[in-house]
Amino acid sequence: MQLEILSAVQLGAMIAKREVSCREVSKYFLDRVHQFDSIVSAMVNVFDEATVMEQADQVDSRILGGEKLSPLAGLPITIKDVLCLEGLPTTCSSKMLQNFRPPYNATSVQRLIDAGMIVLGKTNMDEFAMGSSTENSAFFPSRNPWALDRTPGGSSGGSAVTVAAGMSPLSIGSDTGGSVRQPAAFCGVCGLKPTYGLVSRFGLIAFASSLDQVGPFAHHVEDLAAVLQVIAGHDPRDSTSLNVAIPDLTSGLNAPLKGLRVGVVREHQDHPALDPEISKAVQATQKLLQSLGATIEEVHLPNSRHSVATYYVIAPCEASSNLARYEAAHYGYRARMTTEASSKSSTSGRNPLEEMMVVSRSQGLGEEVKRRIMLGTFALSAGYSDAYYKQALKVRRLIANDYQQAFQKVDVLLGPAFPTPAFRLGEKIDDPVQMYLGDQFTVEANLAGIPAMSLPAGFTRDGLPLAIQLQAPQLQEARLLNVGHQLQRAGLFEPKIAGLV
Amino acid sequence: MNQTPYRLVVGLEVHVQLSTETKLFCGCSTTFGAPPNTQVCPVCLGLPGSLPVLNEKAVQLAIRTGLALNCKIAEVTKWDRKNYFYPDLPKGYQISQFDQPICGEGYLDFPDPDAPETTQRVRLIRAHLEEDAGKSMHDEVHGRADSKIDLNRTGTPLLEIVSFPDLTSAAAAKAYLTELRLLLTYLGVSDCNMQEGSLRADANVNLHIPVDGNDIATPIVEVKNLNSFRAVERAIQYEAGRQFELWKQTGKTIKDAPKQTRGWDDEAGVTKAQREKEESADYRYFPDPDLVPLRVTEAMLSQQKVVLGESPSAARNRLQVNLGLKPYDADVIVSQGQSMVAYFDGVVAGGADPKRSSNWIQQDVMRTLKENDLSVEQFPISAARLSELLRAIDASVVDNTRGKSIFQYLLEHDATIPDAMAALGIVQVDSSEIETLCKELIDENPKVIAEARAGNAKALGSLIGAARKKNANADAKVVRELLQKMIDAM
Amino acid sequence: MNVSREDILKVASLSKLELAEAEFEVVASKFRNVLAFVEQLNEVDTTGVEEMAHPVDVHTVTRSDTLQESLDHDVALSNAPKSDGEFFLVPPVLG
Ligand SMILES: [Zn+2]
Repeated sequence: MQLEILSAVQLGAMIAKREVSCREVSKYFLDRVHQFDSIVSAMVNVFDEATVMEQADQVDSRILGGEKLSPLAGLPITIKDVLCLEGLPTTCSSKMLQNFRPPYNATSVQRLIDAGMIVLGKTNMDEFAMGSSTENSAFFPSRNPWALDRTPGGSSGGSAVTVAAGMSPLSIGSDTGGSVRQPAAFCGVCGLKPTYGLVSRFGLIAFASSLDQVGPFAHHVEDLAAVLQVIAGHDPRDSTSLNVAIPDLTSGLNAPLKGLRVGVVREHQDHPALDPEISKAVQATQKLLQSLGATIEEVHLPNSRHSVATYYVIAPCEASSNLARYEAAHYGYRARMTTEASSKSSTSGRNPLEEMMVVSRSQGLGEEVKRRIMLGTFALSAGYSDAYYKQALKVRRLIANDYQQAFQKVDVLLGPAFPTPAFRLGEKIDDPVQMYLGDQFTVEANLAGIPAMSLPAGFTRDGLPLAIQLQAPQLQEARLLNVGHQLQRAGLFEPKIAGLV
Repeated sequence: MNQTPYRLVVGLEVHVQLSTETKLFCGCSTTFGAPPNTQVCPVCLGLPGSLPVLNEKAVQLAIRTGLALNCKIAEVTKWDRKNYFYPDLPKGYQISQFDQPICGEGYLDFPDPDAPETTQRVRLIRAHLEEDAGKSMHDEVHGRADSKIDLNRTGTPLLEIVSFPDLTSAAAAKAYLTELRLLLTYLGVSDCNMQEGSLRADANVNLHIPVDGNDIATPIVEVKNLNSFRAVERAIQYEAGRQFELWKQTGKTIKDAPKQTRGWDDEAGVTKAQREKEESADYRYFPDPDLVPLRVTEAMLSQQKVVLGESPSAARNRLQVNLGLKPYDADVIVSQGQSMVAYFDGVVAGGADPKRSSNWIQQDVMRTLKENDLSVEQFPISAARLSELLRAIDASVVDNTRGKSIFQYLLEHDATIPDAMAALGIVQVDSSEIETLCKELIDENPKVIAEARAGNAKALGSLIGAARKKNANADAKVVRELLQKMIDAM
Repeated sequence: MNVSREDILKVASLSKLELAEAEFEVVASKFRNVLAFVEQLNEVDTTGVEEMAHPVDVHTVTRSDTLQESLDHDVALSNAPKSDGEFFLVPPVLG
């Protein structure tokens, strides 16, 4: 039986009913990891088979013992290498953390383990989650399983690939400016970024703390709901975690959409960079929603055109401080200080301690990361902070206000997730501004702290996945998932595994 | 006081370690002296992915201190990152408060070192919460071996109290610091142990020199590493002299040089310039996105107002005004700490004379404590028992000398005053017995009586000793008074 | 704004990073491009607009002053690039 095309929820039910064992399921997906990862390079570290089987057997014996487990118990999952997990290194795809072994699990990861899920391994990403192509991994770029010469998107590229290629039914990643939604869009799977504060950030290695959120990948919208149900909820170890009751996210999936007010953002739909095929996919989705009883309204987000610039000030500022901890003193990469380097310390005017820090950071961090650190340092420094950092925080408020106004008129917003389908490896890597401009439809949800989801919407003539994005007001994940699920049922997309054989 | 050709201007930045069980943003212990790197967790190690959560006790203690220092307490306060690289700062930034400190402007009155009966006032700019850094130990001998980093102290809650430059002498700076420490211990917010680094001071020092009717200010110097009260006083004195000499040589004023940092070398008794890169001053403060703002409610304020208690200055005032002590005596008792004031109050509340209570406490009680290295809480004689003894002396039941014997006895025995008297063979003598005794003495010593009648007051002294021989319990004072009366009536 | 070579070197130094001469021009030009791009923010009228440091309205989050277990000593040092089993070791400050 082909397990990879089933929804995780279905597969979980089969495990619970002992139609298939957790051991069989885990082995099945682990074999697919071994079979395909050499092609797509999605994983940074994979648990050995014995460890995975041991986890699986434990779940099987609990099920055999009649224990009532979560609907996801026994299901394999992959985890973006930005989330701390005991038992494997947590690298952020950086040379800096290549050998870093966290002595604790991220809260979101712990909740998945507590639910009886089987962690297969850690997925590749842009270093420290900075990038949109997974080409900024210090180890290797990942490949799009639909077109191996193209990027899977990023920064959670590896996670999207493991799901798209059927190496794992589920994955979790992090989304700071689109890092779940954009790779999901490139790889033809569903990806969700929840409301800021809904999922604990404890154990999520920070890129930009006020923007980072953990979110799931899956082939089916109901699977996003099931994973979110497990990982969402207040965590006393994260001060920014929302202390709110989490509703049942699956019970409302089948609610009819009659009367739903859908907004289409004029500024997004008219965007000059928007690929016509994606524009058409959005229009088709609009029609599908209408056919389901929804009404369509045009809305405006007048400050939308500044969202990328706003994001690329705030995120680097926070990152410059968040990444200051990589000073090679207590953990992480330390450069070997040769006599040559030591003697250089006299010419650089740095003492041996500074020399060690500077050389370690310069060698241990990649170019994109270093440039963003420098940009953030600059934007926070004396004399520039008002014009850059503080101004960006004000524009952020204006952008959030735009959304608030829009959501007074409509329940959800429909638009593109990314201006183009997956681009080629190497295509944009030398032009950061072009690369950043791609993020214009995704960064706004992070700036405003609202939930957003990207869904597959067919394929281009060249066979590349197309995607749309839905956004909702803060804490309206249930509404978002309901709309997504109804769109999936109505045929917006048919979950497909990228064929690699 | 010597007239100096300048006016000294000093402001102090005082770091106080707050008495919490756990660190400011994690649950690790703050106990001093643990083996290195044993009181650390992912949060205070700055491990990737870890997040800070604020200790409510630290907030409470900061509010309590702010209220006692007459500060405006912020309605909303927030957390900022102060970014700089150092291996004892594992996150690469210190969580502090930049533009919205928990405590705003306030002041503290302290006894004027030049006129102890009056007070001086130092105004405070602010007091804010921040986390401490860890400890670096350098190879002091050769400077070549690796430095050792201990992160046990990292994340310990500090309150930084910043004064205006209102202090005009080294003695005043020391007096302010002394009063501040006393207040903080009264409040129970810190143990203020300078050896363990619970109280640290930096001084901002410069001079205002009158030249042709105008004041010329010398460049401001921040003196760090002041680890004792004496160091504060000596460093400021030294710095004043140094700055004046330097000004005479170079004529440089505050406009010619930025603020400089110098370290106090206690052994050499000098301040030394600290190497500092120009860029290190750019801390790039910004609001910590991992922490949310704190709203200080009325309830939080009133919770602390209730536990404020009596401040040292209020205690001094009460002892002087209500109980009639001299300022010096009130200060000695108050300076011993809140428990000593409570002990004194207990003695007085038992009905003993306040002045006699003060004398006995300052002499007998404090000497015993010092000799035996005890705290007043450990003192074997309860306030009620001492009060009983002093009342007996007040009522001439026993005399002062006998009282001291009883005091000694009580240090070792838990006994009532009558029991102690019985054990020591001290019997109160009734007045008819004394009268008989005095008549006998007059009859037996005609020569002495004649001298006394001739106006030699000292003559009676020899009779007191004789009286004691006849009856060891006779109260010398009573005997002397009665003898005088009888002689006067002759 | 014009970002000079010195400005970039100063930012690198503040960031505890160094740029090799060979990569300097590439990094500098990308840095300048991104900076030029974000300068559009100066066109936005933000008079009277409050800064938005947090995306959600959460405040006054505290924990009780209760001891939690610290890490085992060897675990605390387990990721250290250099340690003597007791302390983290770093090169000296003096050269
Ligand atoms: Zn800790």
